Amino acid sequence: MPNKSNHDANSSNATEDRITIKNLPVTSAETTISTAQLETLLETVSSLKHLPGALLPILHKIQHQLGYIPSEVIPDIAQLLNLSRAEVHGVVSFYPDFRTHPCGQHLLRICAAEACQANGARALMQHAEEKLHIKSGHTTPNNNITLEAVYCLGNCTAGPSVEINQRLHGRVTTTLFDQLTAGLITAGPINAMPRPDQC
Amino acid sequence: MLDIFVPADTTACALGADAVAAAVITEANIRKVEINLIRNGSRGLFWLEPLVEITTEQGRIGFGPVTVEHIPQLINHIFEPDITDNTALCLGLIDQIPSLKNQQRVNFARAGIIDPLSLKDYLAHGGYLGLQQALTMTAESMVDQVIASGLRGRGGAAFPTGIKWRTVLETPAEQKYIVCNADEGDSGTFADRLLMEADPFQLIEGMTIAALAVGASQGYIYLRAEYPKAHRVLQQAIDLAYSNSYLGKNIAASEHQFDLQIRLGAGAYICGEETALLESLEGKRGQVRAKPPLPAISGLFGKPTMINNVLTLATVASIFARGADWYKTFGCNRSVGTLAIQLAGNIAQGGLIELAFGANLRDILVDFGGGTATGKPIHAVQVGGPLGAYLAASEWDIKLDYETFNDANAMLGHGGIVVFDDSVDMLQQARFAMEFCALESCGKCTPCRIGSTRGIEVIDKIQQGEQPKQNLILLEELCDTMQYGSLCAMGGLTPMPVRSAIKHLKKR
Repeated sequence: MPNKSNHDANSSNATEDRITIKNLPVTSAETTISTAQLETLLETVSSLKHLPGALLPILHKIQHQLGYIPSEVIPDIAQLLNLSRAEVHGVVSFYPDFRTHPCGQHLLRICAAEACQANGARALMQHAEEKLHIKSGHTTPNNNITLEAVYCLGNCTAGPSVEINQRLHGRVTTTLFDQLTAGLITAGPINAMPRPDQC
Repeated sequence: MLDIFVPADTTACALGADAVAAAVITEANIRKVEINLIRNGSRGLFWLEPLVEITTEQGRIGFGPVTVEHIPQLINHIFEPDITDNTALCLGLIDQIPSLKNQQRVNFARAGIIDPLSLKDYLAHGGYLGLQQALTMTAESMVDQVIASGLRGRGGAAFPTGIKWRTVLETPAEQKYIVCNADEGDSGTFADRLLMEADPFQLIEGMTIAALAVGASQGYIYLRAEYPKAHRVLQQAIDLAYSNSYLGKNIAASEHQFDLQIRLGAGAYICGEETALLESLEGKRGQVRAKPPLPAISGLFGKPTMINNVLTLATVASIFARGADWYKTFGCNRSVGTLAIQLAGNIAQGGLIELAFGANLRDILVDFGGGTATGKPIHAVQVGGPLGAYLAASEWDIKLDYETFNDANAMLGHGGIVVFDDSVDMLQQARFAMEFCALESCGKCTPCRIGSTRGIEVIDKIQQGEQPKQNLILLEELCDTMQYGSLCAMGGLTPMPVRSAIKHLKKR
């Protein structure tokens, strides 16, 4: 489960720890959200609070809007749902899909489960790691690309499967991988925030 | 106007179906011919995707696998058959090709044929006949019908569905729930996804019948987030069902009410386990609950909850439409009905094969599958998902039913078969089973949470040649601890792929 163990919502050292571990520089994408943004966000999600078991739908909504779940919102969500911060944090950290930090500009997910393994997914992942100079579960230092393993996308007859910015591609050879990513990889610094719906 | 079908299925689109659909429209515009483009679900013949079909007087004719470059020639062929009648892509009448003709389709009878979001199509192909029948019955007789059909849960555990229904029916409560487990996380399985994308009303109908039978007014479909297309199709189908009075108040002009919502998972495999799923639905970490109490007695929010797999609920619609006796004509032993076999991995003709229980595994691999995609010999197949056993060539003469698989220390599970050629490293696969368990364990019980990590370490030692004999004994003992000491199937069944993979290594 990539990137799930390194965050601590309440510690001011959290950012530093994460940077040391992930070897990521601080970029514009890492900055926290403004109070105004936070208020708008809470207004949006409070419409979901009446749902039975509302926490997951709320977290999905926040991630859909921002691309990640900032630690600043956790106390407010806890208050909204009459839960403890620890409970909310516990849920955020349990599910692999919830991010506590933005992903890179482009999100690449390679299926690493058995059916894709049988079609060469291990070699494809290795190729991707070498090409991007990062390990699975990491983001390129310029915030360009996040590479992740995913366990089954339901495309088990046409693997290896690669999802690029939420678009699924089947029978991805290393050549096809290079073609698909050719227009995405940028060597220089990236200033743009990721499109929220990509994360 | 000519109907042209281009699937909008996940796999079809991953192989270029969207571009093919766009090219069909462009080409039709250039030629100024009127066509009606229908984005159907998939027939499940994935090696032929994108599979384009047209309606003719004789029936539906298929072409595949089609690429954008084929479209001009294809449109030529369709409108001026005398000019270029020689496209190699033409498959003839699609329902006559052996891979489809030799199946026994119950759950997937409409898949790929109808427009998934046309209620009219669904009704024209026998849809909602089951609900009509159910509305004439009492709750008790409905439950009796399911018990009489012999239907067993398709999620993998194969528990008799009717018994579960009876428990919920007989547990008094003001609020009861129907939950559909659509968290199809096993690698090599895609039947639930295919059904939800190709024939979503069938699931909605099945859930509605289940709700009537046990007295539930609210249903949830817990869908994995990795299936965005299924999510969109299901949501639109639910909206259509509401606007046509098949959901909500007074369903199908009766006094019954049933509301249905989709809830998305968030990437946790363990949420396919029913109690973890319920925790997740309640907005908590997806941690497994100890049983008892059974969910049928105290499930979602502590209320009696009927939790069934997608295929189980979909089957209910057919059972009510055509009767328990009809359903019992399929299958063998106590495995009644049909099995959605999903042939995946390194296979030439991968896809969905629906057959009565009891088919021979080797026949499936050879006749339907056509060997590996790489052309090398098949070395091993893993049946039943990441927690299922690896079977070597000597073990393929086995009947696909629950009892036979149990007797062979294997598991049929959700019907997924992943094929590996001879380049597979069985020790690496054994290690992966432990890795996957370590990654996806909910952490509640020790054998699963820690045993899986220790398992990886022991296998690494064996791989490095460090006291292999002693470490194999240690691994066996660890497998025992996990098998007998874990709270749920995640830790309890991880030893199955590990042991079976090691067994093959020893044989070699």
